[in-house]
Amino acid sequence: MDFPKTTIRAFQEKLFRGEQSVVAAVAAYLQRIAAAKNLNAFLTILDDRANARAHAIDAKIKRGAAGKLAGVIIAVKDILAMKGERLTCGSRILENFVSPYDATIIQKLEAADAIIIGKTNMDEFAMGSSTENSAFGPAKNPINPDYVPGGSSGGSAVAVAANLAMAALGSDTGGSIRQPAALCGVVGMKPTYGRVSRFGLVAFASSLDQVGPLAHSVEDVARILEVICGHDERDSTSAPVAVEEFSRFLDGEVKGKVVGLPKEYLAGGVQKEIHAAVTAAKARLQEAGAVIKEVSLPHTRYAIATYYIICTAEASANLARYDGARYGHRSRDAQSLEEMYVKSRSEGFGAEVKRRIMLGTYVLSSGYYDAYYRRAQKVRTLIRRDFEQAFKECDVLLTPTTPTTAFKLGEKTADPLEMYLADIFTVSINLAGVPAISIPFGVDAKGLPIGLQIIGKAFDEKNVLQTAHFLETAHP
Amino acid sequence: MKYEPVIGLEVHAQLLTESKIFCRCGTAFGAPQNSQVCPICLGMPGVLPVLNRQAVAFAIRMGLATNCRIAAHSIFARKNYFYPDLPKGYQISQYEEPLCENGWVEIEMEGGALKRIGLTRIHLEEDAGKSVHAEEYVAGNETLIDVNRCGTPLIEIVSEPDIRSPREAYLYLNRLRQLVRYLGICDGNMEEGSLRCDANISIRPIGEEKFGVKTELKNMNSFRNVEKAIEFEINRQTQLLEAGGRVVQQTMLWDANDGKVLPMRSKEEAHDYRYFPEPDLVPLRIDEKWREEIQASLPELPWARRHRFIEHYGLPKYDAEVLTEEQAVAEFFDATARLVKDAKLTSNWVMGEVLRVLKEQKIDITQFAIKPAAFAELLNLMAAGTISAKIAKEIFEAMLTGGKSAKTIVAEKGLVQVSDTGVIEKAVDAIIAAHPQEVARYRNGEEKVFGFLVGQLMKATQGKANPKVANEVLRSKLAN
Ligand SMILES: [Zn+2]
Repeated sequence: MDFPKTTIRAFQEKLFRGEQSVVAAVAAYLQRIAAAKNLNAFLTILDDRANARAHAIDAKIKRGAAGKLAGVIIAVKDILAMKGERLTCGSRILENFVSPYDATIIQKLEAADAIIIGKTNMDEFAMGSSTENSAFGPAKNPINPDYVPGGSSGGSAVAVAANLAMAALGSDTGGSIRQPAALCGVVGMKPTYGRVSRFGLVAFASSLDQVGPLAHSVEDVARILEVICGHDERDSTSAPVAVEEFSRFLDGEVKGKVVGLPKEYLAGGVQKEIHAAVTAAKARLQEAGAVIKEVSLPHTRYAIATYYIICTAEASANLARYDGARYGHRSRDAQSLEEMYVKSRSEGFGAEVKRRIMLGTYVLSSGYYDAYYRRAQKVRTLIRRDFEQAFKECDVLLTPTTPTTAFKLGEKTADPLEMYLADIFTVSINLAGVPAISIPFGVDAKGLPIGLQIIGKAFDEKNVLQTAHFLETAHP
Repeated sequence: MKYEPVIGLEVHAQLLTESKIFCRCGTAFGAPQNSQVCPICLGMPGVLPVLNRQAVAFAIRMGLATNCRIAAHSIFARKNYFYPDLPKGYQISQYEEPLCENGWVEIEMEGGALKRIGLTRIHLEEDAGKSVHAEEYVAGNETLIDVNRCGTPLIEIVSEPDIRSPREAYLYLNRLRQLVRYLGICDGNMEEGSLRCDANISIRPIGEEKFGVKTELKNMNSFRNVEKAIEFEINRQTQLLEAGGRVVQQTMLWDANDGKVLPMRSKEEAHDYRYFPEPDLVPLRIDEKWREEIQASLPELPWARRHRFIEHYGLPKYDAEVLTEEQAVAEFFDATARLVKDAKLTSNWVMGEVLRVLKEQKIDITQFAIKPAAFAELLNLMAAGTISAKIAKEIFEAMLTGGKSAKTIVAEKGLVQVSDTGVIEKAVDAIIAAHPQEVARYRNGEEKVFGFLVGQLMKATQGKANPKVANEVLRSKLAN
C-alpha cells in the first residue's frame, strides 16, 4: 500500500498562501483516521478539541500571528497527559482515567499552534516491541496489516506511516520510537536524555524514558524537536541546555564528518538486506566525503540484560501507584485492603506488565540488590563509557535500527526473550542517554521497510540530524 | 544478672516550610481534608518531584547545629511499600548517601554532668498522608484518606545506640525539640505529630559488649509516653530474659490507653522496602558557599546562650535553664535585660509574671502584649525605687490591657512611691493615734501586730509608701 506523505513544510506553505485551511485539513485527517480503523492506530480521537483549535488557528494565520507548528496535525502516544482527556497507557487499569493536567510538551505543542488529533495505541505502559501488549488490541503495520508495526509507540508510527497525522510523538525507553519507525518506514528520533521534559509522560523507566517525534522526514523531526526540547523547571532531570534551530542546519553536507561503524552491531544475526543497507549507506557517505571508521562498543553484549534489570526495577516502583485506591481500576469484589491491591492489579495489568513488575521487584529485593541492580548500574556506566570512547573519534555512529524487518502478528508473543531481542540495537542508546534517530533506508524482499540508526553524542542532535538528512536524500 | 538497656531513637520532625517538599502545595496544619493537594502529591500518572530548596536549608541548619558533616553530594531513594495513604506506592527518602552524618548533641544528666549522644545521620524525606477510621463521619467498614500531609517535608534524625535509660531518652528528645524550635525549622509538637519518635531497644548484661536482640517501639505520641513506653519495654525484655526466654526482633506498638506495648501484627511489619536511588531527582549538591551562609545564619544555640546568661548576667543556673528553654523567651529576656541594670530582677519577672501570663493566655511570647523596651521601663522604675513591687504588679496588669507605658500609668494614677519621711511620719502618727490597743500590744512584745500596723499604713498611703522607709519610721515611732 502506498500513502501520500504530507511534510510540514509543504503543508504550511499551502496554509500560508491561503490554499489550504486548518479546518479543512483537520476534517480530511479525521476522515482518513475513520477510514483506517482497521489499523487500530488510535485509542482516543480528539475531534472536538481539534476542530475548535483549527478555527482559532485559521484566524491566527489570517492575523499573521500563528505559531511555528501552525496547523500541523500531530498524533500523540497515549502515555502523555492532556488535561481533560483520557490517558490509558494502553492499559485496562487506566481505561477510564482522565488526566487532570497537561504534560509540558503538550503545552509546548499547543502553544506553537499544532493540532493534536488523537492519542495513539501502544504496548501497555510502553512495555513491548510490537504493540501487541495493548489492552485495546494490537495496531497493525500499514505496509502489510499481517505484520506488527513495532512498539511500544506502534500507534504513533502507524499514524505517520498511513498519513493519519503529519507527525506523532512517541516515547522511547529502549527503542520504542526508533524500532516502530524502522518497521513502519518513517523517521523517528529519541533525543538525548534530559532534552525533552518528562513532566506528564507516564513513567515506565524514569532514567531511560524520553519523548521524541516520528514524522515523514528528518526535517519535520527537526522542526518538532525545536518546539518540544528545552529545560523544564517541573522536571529536575531536564537539562538546562540551549536548543538550537535544528532544521536550519540540514544542508545535505557530510563532508569531513567521521562516521563510526560499531562492529558489534554487524557481527551476525542481522537480516541480510539490512546488512546490505548499512553497506550501501556507508558507500554513499564515503562518496560524499565522510570518513568511515570501524569502532568497538565492547559492552554491547551486556546491554539487554542490563536494560531489563534497570527498566524493570524502576517500573516496579513507577507502577506501584496503580493500586485501586485513588484512581484507575478497582476490583469490585475485594473484601480487604490486601485483596483490593491484589485483585485490582491482577485484573488491571496485562501479562507483560506483571512479568516486568515481578522481575523488577525481584532484582531490588534484599539479598539480590547487589547482584542485580547495583551490578547493572555498574555495567551501565561501562556502556556509557563505550560510547564516550567511540565519540572521541567519531561524530556519529551508524548501525541498523533492528536486526530484522517487521515480523508477523503473533510471531513472537509466545517467547518474551525473543521479543526483547527486537530491541538489541536500540537499548544501549537509552542506557548511555545519547540521541539516536531511525530513518527508512529501502525495503527488504517482502517490501518491508529497513531502518538505519544514527547515534550522536549527548546533546549533539545536530550532527545526528545532518547525517540522517543526507542519508534520507541519498536513499538507494 | 543485672542488665543495661541500649537505646537508639529515630526522630521525625516536620519542617516548617511554606510548601511541600516536592510540589507547591501548602503545609498548614488543620486545613480541610484533601484541600492541600495537586497532581504531584496525589501521585497522578506522569508527575515528577521537584525538590524544595527551603527544606534542604532547614535540614542543613539542623545538621550544622548538631555537629554533623554536611555531604557535598547526597542522593534520594525510593522506599517501596503499599499503603493507602502513600499515593505513589513509595516514599521518597534518603538511604545511601544522606545529607548529614556523624553528629552529636549533649544532654545534661542529673547532677549536671554532660553526656554526648551520637547522631548517625539526618536525612530528608516526604511525609505520608493520613488514614482516617475513628471519626463519626467514617462508616464502620470504611477507611478514608486525607492526603493533605502527603509530601510535607520531614527530617529523620537517627541516633547512635548511646542512650542507656528512659530518662536519657527523654532528655535527648527534649534537647532535639528545643533545638528544632530554636532553629525555627519545626514546631516540636508531639501531640499534633510534627515531632515523632520511634525507639530501638535492647538489653544486655552489664559489662557485655555485644548488643542484645532489639525491638522497635512505635506510636509514642507524647514526651511522657516516650519515657513510659521505653521503661515498659525494658522491663518486658528484662522479665523475658530473667525467665529464661528470648527477645524476638519485632516491631512493638505503645498503647497509651492501656499503658502497654504490644507486638504489631507480623504481617504489617514484614517489609522489604527495596530502596533504590530515585531516578526522578538529580543528586543533591551543596556548595560550600551555601553551607557557610546557613552556618552564619544560625542563631545562638541554647547551651551557648545558657552559658552566656550565667557568665554575663550572673544568673543562677536554674534561671538560665528556664530562660533559655525557648528561643523566643530567651530573646525577650535578653532584649529586656540589656536595658535593665538588675538582671536578677528581670529574670524573676520574666520567669514569674511573664511566663504566668503566657500560660494563662495560652500564647507565645511573640504575641505578648508588652515588648521588651516597655517592660524594661517598668522594671527600671522598680529598680530605682520610684514604685514598689506591689505597685509594679498593678502597672504590669494595666500594661497588659491598656497598651500604655509604665511611666504614663504612674503619672496618670499618681502611683509614684512616697519616700518623703515627713509625709510618711504624718501618716504613721495618724495610725498610732487610731490604733491605741494594737500599739500597746506591740509594745508589750507582740511582734506580729507590727505587720497589721504596716498594712494599715500602706492602706492609708494607697500602697505608695516606700516600704523600707515606712518600716523604719513606724519602728522608731513605736519605740518611743
Ligand atoms: Zn501538591
